[in-house]
Parts: sequence; structure tokens; C-alpha cells
Amino acid sequence: MQLDCTQTQDLMIVHVRETRIDAAGAIDFKDKMRDLTAASQCRVMLDLSLVGFIDSSGLGAVVAVRKSLGPDRPLELAALTPAVEKVFRLTRMDSVFIIHRDIPARADSFRDVV
Amino acid sequence: MSSNAIGGRTRIVIASDPLAVRQALCALFDRLMAGRMAEDARDTAQIVLAEALNNIVEHAYAQTPGEIEVTVDVSPGGLTCWIMDAGLPLPDSALQDTLLVQPQPGDDLPEGGFGWHLIRTLSDDLDYRREGGRNFLTFRISAQQYSN
Repeated sequence: MQLDCTQTQDLMIVHVRETRIDAAGAIDFKDKMRDLTAASQCRVMLDLSLVGFIDSSGLGAVVAVRKSLGPDRPLELAALTPAVEKVFRLTRMDSVFIIHRDIPARADSFRDVV
Repeated sequence: MSSNAIGGRTRIVIASDPLAVRQALCALFDRLMAGRMAEDARDTAQIVLAEALNNIVEHAYAQTPGEIEVTVDVSPGGLTCWIMDAGLPLPDSALQDTLLVQPQPGDDLPEGGFGWHLIRTLSDDLDYRREGGRNFLTFRISAQQYSN
């Protein structure tokens, strides 16, 4: 599971460089997200633009990451593809997460590969 | 994974393993189905099949290794899928009712229990039977996706 990270002053954007978050990758995703987000206390946004498919295990992993961040640091999601949007909508998780249509454009200039 | 295709019908046999499930789904939906179903119906079919296969890996074959046989038939009306495994039966050997509660941000958010809800919401003609020590699950995905 490859995750790249863009860090600005008040926002960490994690770019998922995979086409799927599924049962085979859910634990790895959770572990890597925990490692990445432990280093700072700022907001976290997940860039899902490359993720064309998520299953319920992947969804559970995203929920687990949100919970591990704590109530004061809500996980934000950005750039959901249609299949991913469908899974969030049908499980009503779209009402729980802050969802952005796009990732902030300026984030590209701060990219660091982790 | 072994597979063969006759006409619109494809049969795949995979090991009960999350990676084998991923490979089968990729083979079916990225290659075989490409161009044969509208993208929305294809997404729907992949979600339902993924949840059905994950359930088998996690529950039916929780204690033992095993094989899963998937047959998919694509026609202009949609996709029909038959899944067979020789693992443990569903509780009471029957499909269970599922109830999705509206998650609240302040609540202890659920990290699971979405699978059957997705299957039931997205599929038509869902049927399960236990016969001769095997599980048989079938469902249909309409080519026309209206509200989902």
C-alpha cells in the first residue's frame, strides 16, 4: 500500500497511490495511516482520486483511521470516484465524513514522498 | 485461479484468500467486463461480488482453506452470478435480515457489518441455499441502474 504525504502548515494530505482499498490491503492501510498521522496533530485529508474500488473491509479501515485520530481531528476525504462514493453513500458514511470534491490545488507544491 | 469463458458466461475457481479475491475481481471487471456493461452497473456488480466473496473467505472458510467457484453470465439485461463454496453454512442456513443504523459522528462508529447491507441493497433476486455440504449464492445485477 503506497501512501504519499503532502504537509502544509495546517493540513496533512495523504494521497492513496493504489487503485483499491480492499480486504487484502485494509490492515496495511490502517497501519500505514497510523504511522503517518502519529507524527503531527494537524487536520488529515485523504486523497482518494486514484482509488477506483473500496469494499466494506476498506471502508471499515477508513472508519478505524478516523476513530484513531480522535474526535478533535476529523478525517476529511477528497476526490471520491463513483464506486467509492457509492459505498460511502449506501452505508450512510457520507454523512459522517467531511467530503471534498477535489483536493486543494496548492497542495501539489508541498509534496513530500514518505 | 483458473477460468474459462463460453459465450457470455465465465467460470472462475479461486482459493479462499483475500488476494485471490482481488485478482479474480480485477480479472473479471477490469478485463472481461470492460465495455460489456455500463460503468455504473459494473461498479455495482463488483461491490456485490466482492462482499459475497469476502464473506466466504472470512466466515465460511474461517477455519479451513477451500475453493470458491464463481460463474458470471453477462447479457444485455444485466449480470447473473452464481457462487459456490464448501465452507460453513450461513447462520441457520439462511440469509439474515440486515439493518443499517444511521451512523452518528459522535457515536462509536461501526467498522464492519456493511457487507450484507450492500449485497441486499444493490442486488436483485438474491438467493441462498445450503445443499450437500455446499453453499450456493446467486444474485442478479440489472444493466439499468436507476436509484443506486
